[in-house]
Amino acid sequence: MKRFIARNAPGYIFLLPWLVGFFLLALGPILASLYLSFTRYDMVSAPRWIGFGNYEYMFTRDRRFWKALEVTFHYVVLAVPARLAMALAVAMLLDKGLRSIGLYRAIFYLPSLLGASIAIAILWRQLFDAHGVVNQALAYIGIRGPEWLTNPETSIYALVALAMWQFGSPMLIFLAGLRGIPRDLYEAAEIDGTPRWRQFTRITLPLLAPVIFFNLVLQTIEAFKTFSSAFIISNGTGAPADSMLFYTVYLFNEAFKFFRMGYASALAWVLLIIIAIFTATAFLTSKYWVHYENERD
Amino acid sequence: MAGLTLRNVGKSYGALQIMQGLNLDIHDGEFLVLVGPSGCGKSTLLRMIAGLEDITDGTVAIGDKVVNDLPASKRELSMVFQSYALYPHMTVAKNLAFGLQNFRMPKAEVERRVAEAARILQIEPLMARKPRQLSGGQKQRVAIGRAIVREPKLFLFDEPLSNLDAELRVQMRAELASLYARLGTTMIYVTHDQVEAMTMASRIVVLRAGKIEQVGTPQELYTRPQNLFVAGFIGSPKINMLAAEVRAEGGRPVARVAGFADFALPDLSTRDTRLTLCVRPGALHVGEGEVISEGTIRLVEYLGNETLLHVALASGQVVLLSVVGPAPYRAGQTIPIGFDLADLHYFDAEGRRLEPALPAQPQAAFA
Repeated sequence: MKRFIARNAPGYIFLLPWLVGFFLLALGPILASLYLSFTRYDMVSAPRWIGFGNYEYMFTRDRRFWKALEVTFHYVVLAVPARLAMALAVAMLLDKGLRSIGLYRAIFYLPSLLGASIAIAILWRQLFDAHGVVNQALAYIGIRGPEWLTNPETSIYALVALAMWQFGSPMLIFLAGLRGIPRDLYEAAEIDGTPRWRQFTRITLPLLAPVIFFNLVLQTIEAFKTFSSAFIISNGTGAPADSMLFYTVYLFNEAFKFFRMGYASALAWVLLIIIAIFTATAFLTSKYWVHYENERD
Repeated sequence: MAGLTLRNVGKSYGALQIMQGLNLDIHDGEFLVLVGPSGCGKSTLLRMIAGLEDITDGTVAIGDKVVNDLPASKRELSMVFQSYALYPHMTVAKNLAFGLQNFRMPKAEVERRVAEAARILQIEPLMARKPRQLSGGQKQRVAIGRAIVREPKLFLFDEPLSNLDAELRVQMRAELASLYARLGTTMIYVTHDQVEAMTMASRIVVLRAGKIEQVGTPQELYTRPQNLFVAGFIGSPKINMLAAEVRAEGGRPVARVAGFADFALPDLSTRDTRLTLCVRPGALHVGEGEVISEGTIRLVEYLGNETLLHVALASGQVVLLSVVGPAPYRAGQTIPIGFDLADLHYFDAEGRRLEPALPAQPQAAFA
């Protein structure tokens, strides 16, 4: 035992800050929120145990919960493929060997660094304003753009566009993945007369599958958690007509606007379960479409 | 099947010229080996023929059609890569069929060709496996199979055996040779291994620094190397090079090689006074020869069918001497060594081969 401590102490000491942070700042609130999700709690009086009351209400009577789910799913289904496609397209361009590639990598990554900030969300609101840059650009080519952000039909697309613009981090991962595909596979395909598109679908995509899978899972989780851009652009309400009522926006409002902390906790746990189900499904199906180079047989 | 003609072929990357003025005729049905030290441009030349690298100068013609601007896929050739370049996510069968499916070939024809290639290369039991489940030799066979199914006019091999262990390399060498005998298709084969070149080639092209040093059959290269580089590159163990100083004595050239007694040279029609005389290790003998010296054995390498003696001459130069079978010598021993003039290769100060004039006596005898 003494030897074990002596040998491993440095490791645990290095781990300590994280452990302290996890137990004090994360694990506590996590467990507390689980407990609170079974209570009615307005942050003023003590929480009152109501069993599965919050969950029952959520699934049977709360129409805004279903609306928030619908908006969020809609967004996930649009934004994740859009962002991944954008990221892959840019990564493939960069992989073709541009000069000063390091600079471009940094520049292309910039939107992702900025994208999460409040300022960019505000900027985005102005871009997609009825008289914003986007519509002015469209006007040049003779298209009369809609009032993107006040029209419930189109508001989500402004957010999808923002998501696409933040392609940086999956792009870097794609780029690394593309770099890992041996050049001579393409040369062999070239000599065999394989058209570019078939090279892409039959060589690039299958060999990139592990990376696509990784990006897909990560970006989907990310998309489910989208908050600040939706919150800012919809002025914190999810308007117009709840078309931007993202799950997290709804959750935030329940918690900090209406002080239904117990209900908000229940919402948070349901989101966690949804994400867990998605991730598990992705992992379970991955063996049918993800090829790993060093897979055991 | 097709021959290949290279005219004034050059290659440069920006301002850096790595190859220029290359002329070469590759005959229809020939097994041509491009050999040379690493960085000599042999792989680049192969890739230029394949269409994977631009041809900066000159023309490459397959048959009588200039292919400079033809994409790789239109050149009707197949290439086997050093890394095999098998698609890791496809089974052997799919790897073989992939290239054919590009041309919308009827399914039955694809299957026939794949089955035929599998039979020739004896990889039928492996068809459902993926590349990672194959050994190096099996991967190599699949890579060759993928080239065969295309039924190309021309096969290109880029160091295909260099990732295999020694034993397998010898085996695959023989298999490639018999494949060539069977298909009779023109093959261009790049290697840095002169043994591969010697054993498989109809003709060998020795390249150095983007230039052709010599083109010839293995025997021509071995028996009449055109310059010092080829003399040193072809043949294992390596040829011995002795520096000689030549002076005229009574109107006849006499050579002095450090450690040896002076000896008369045949007429070499050169004015150079500094020559290089080369003699193969097998042509150096213990205790006999027209020119004799003495040396101390530094190292004895017993190889079974022959024994290599590393012998230090009085000048300090170490020469290699090969003796058939086991030899009763040990390091430290001093032995007499010698060679015959007929076994010498002569090279001038620039390293070019000098041909000795035929001896005058036989002609005199007939007169």
